[in-house]
Amino acid sequence: MSDRDDGVNRRKVLECMTWVGTGVLWTISGGVPHSLGIMGEAMAADAKGLTFLQISDSHMGFDKPANPNARGTLEEAVGKIIALPQKPAFMIHTGDISHLSKVSEFDDADRIISQSKLDVHYVPGEHDFLDPDQKLYRDRYGRGTKGAGWYSFDANGVHFIGLVNVVDLKAGGLGNLGDEQLEWLEADVKGRSASTPIVVFAHIPLWTVYPEWGWGTQDGAQALTYLKKFGSVTVLNGHIHQVMQKVEGNVTFHTARSTAFPQPAPGAAPSPGPMKVEDDKLRTMLGTASITFKQNEKQLAIIDTPLKS
Amino acid sequence: MLRSAISAALIGAAVGSVLAGGVLFAQAQIPAAAAAVGIDNFTFNPQTVTVKAGTTVTWTNRDDIPHGLAATNNAFKRSQALDTDDSFSFTFTTPGTYQYFCYIHPHMTGTIVVEAATGSNTTP
Repeated sequence: MSDRDDGVNRRKVLECMTWVGTGVLWTISGGVPHSLGIMGEAMAADAKGLTFLQISDSHMGFDKPANPNARGTLEEAVGKIIALPQKPAFMIHTGDISHLSKVSEFDDADRIISQSKLDVHYVPGEHDFLDPDQKLYRDRYGRGTKGAGWYSFDANGVHFIGLVNVVDLKAGGLGNLGDEQLEWLEADVKGRSASTPIVVFAHIPLWTVYPEWGWGTQDGAQALTYLKKFGSVTVLNGHIHQVMQKVEGNVTFHTARSTAFPQPAPGAAPSPGPMKVEDDKLRTMLGTASITFKQNEKQLAIIDTPLKS
Repeated sequence: MLRSAISAALIGAAVGSVLAGGVLFAQAQIPAAAAAVGIDNFTFNPQTVTVKAGTTVTWTNRDDIPHGLAATNNAFKRSQALDTDDSFSFTFTTPGTYQYFCYIHPHMTGTIVVEAATGSNTTP
């Protein structure tokens, strides 16, 4: 059985090009990804499963040359979300809400993101724990969570797991989940049926993208061993401010763009610092992602939509 | 005045340790020596600095992204988050080797080696 038989085929995708913006549509069938081509907003029209959005790396307070107006580009991103023809079920935010963990930065993010009128499920980035007491994030977003802010919930038969890999970082190391969180994760998924689709979201990529820049999670592989039995696992991250995807067996790893500033491809610059690009190019490198599950079709699609195509 | 002494050391683009204000503050109990470490392109520059006990080391972030300093085993106090052009200083009084890293980007590491305060950097 090919994905074309029961999923979104190329023609349907092209027929449904109603969004502004482009992205690559990936469909997953039996764990094998198929790129269906460059497209606009194809999924909204006929999605009958669950569609949710991913927003990441807002960096409220960032005002450096790479983007002097990170607040403005977040407003643009939220404006596009408000204008979607079909309202997504909810949004996840994969961290770095703020740049320096200032109250005013979290306030700005909340004011802008709440205009989407969507429920938002947050996980923190390392920039959200920079206040001296490391409590602002937890006070604001940590209700009902464990430890530094991890939790799980269910929606439309999909099990969502929000992890924290940005605290207790060790010298020379990568992102870190820690034993307490790993034990919790193991227990959280233990009784679940292997057919339950799993979505894991965390700030730093759970797989090793580029250790020279710290782009990975040192105990991420341990976390994935607890998810081995599941037929569909999707891991959504931020942190690296660019789209990247990898598939390993039944696990799809995907990173979303930032709404604040782009970062260079691994090794393409002396450091992973904010990348200054031509003004008219900036919005093509910022954006959000939309993720759709179609029930009974074992199919998942991730569409990355930049602010400007 | 201490601040200006440290600034003078920084302007001198000191690598390693320099004598700052040794004459002005000969009788004072404030540190007589200063060393500067820059933070550029996600690296501590220089990565290893050797100083005499009593030296104040000042880190200055010149990246467009914040960094923060933490010592392995908390051997010296953690810095606040350093935004662009922010500095953090710590005076090392006890000889030893201090490993530290950026608690925001832990792949960034550095070392301060503190030697016993003998020789020209101390006042009798």
